[in-house]
Amino acid sequence: MSIYIARSPAVAARSLDGEMIIMSTKDSKLFTLNEVATEIWQAADGRTPLAQIVQEKVCAKFETEPETAYADAEDMCRRLAEHGILTISSQPIESAR
Amino acid sequence: MTSDTVIEIAGIPILLRSHDSVFEPAVRKYYADFITPVASVAPVELTVEVDASGFPDPETVGAGGAVPVVDVAWTGDRWRLERFDFRGEWSPGTGRGQVCLAQPQALQSIDSVLRILHSILAVPPGGCLVHAASAVRNGSAFLFPGVSGAGKSTLSGLIPSDATLLTDEISYVRQAEGGYRAFGTPFAGNLGAPGKNVSAPLKAVYLLNKGPRNKIDPLSRKEAATALLRNVLFFAKDPELIRTVFETVCRLVASVPVYRLTFLPTPEVWEIIA
Repeated sequence: MSIYIARSPAVAARSLDGEMIIMSTKDSKLFTLNEVATEIWQAADGRTPLAQIVQEKVCAKFETEPETAYADAEDMCRRLAEHGILTISSQPIESAR
Repeated sequence: MTSDTVIEIAGIPILLRSHDSVFEPAVRKYYADFITPVASVAPVELTVEVDASGFPDPETVGAGGAVPVVDVAWTGDRWRLERFDFRGEWSPGTGRGQVCLAQPQALQSIDSVLRILHSILAVPPGGCLVHAASAVRNGSAFLFPGVSGAGKSTLSGLIPSDATLLTDEISYVRQAEGGYRAFGTPFAGNLGAPGKNVSAPLKAVYLLNKGPRNKIDPLSRKEAATALLRNVLFFAKDPELIRTVFETVCRLVASVPVYRLTFLPTPEVWEIIA
């Protein structure tokens, strides 16, 4: 099953030195992403399946096994979703368009 | 009798209007360096009342080590603020508001109200309040952010005679021509005394870290922004305010160098701050 991810509008985010810092505008919680997570975050447009994002943005740029990369990416996305800064869905996320 | 007192911090005057004969002289004495003449129109006017009814017994607050909760909320047209020792509201639209204090002589109550209001007022023009000591030396300001115990008051207590302390606890930073400017505040920490009411261009930020020897390490912009954001005063749960502060801090670390200052609590630490 494909999953789709979209950045929450309830955040302030900025790439500094190639890595994202993200602040939830709901509770001021702060998150920092490493290079790989930053690639996934920036590609989280709600339309591109996570598997495609991992293939194009992670496997193509970093030395990693596809299965491991996907599992790590999904885990990261679910953790960010728990904090409300990313949305995960089994369908394309229309509101992200 | 009504008395008006204007306390101006970082160029932002707040007029306090009170009928209480104990409150007004206490405020004038403590904030002496920040009192300015009453202007015809102040952007912020607060009517201050003193009435203990409805407040909890101060002896019971903080029992068991609990930290008193500050509630700051936007209600659609005004800010509402409440703690165990004060409650009030202020409307940006009218500039007017009122606050009720549980005790007339409790300066920490009005001090907290002022901190909250300034943490809101500082944001739209590109500023913020930071948990940080700050000082002016040779015409430049230096900011020393740190959580409780990081050494803000320790470093402030070691300040050399050629430097001026802006605060040992809460620093005020505002966007200014070509950069940022740090202002003195009356918001004191362990030193228990207000800072000087002066300001200067912000030259550098030093994140405090006690250690075995004095040294300075540069931080990346990501490290700097993250560390600084963790020390910004965020009382208000307001998305737009949070977003603006976030952008302010990101811009600040792009224009002002940020270092980690590891230091021994001796006067020699000031020799490497320049």
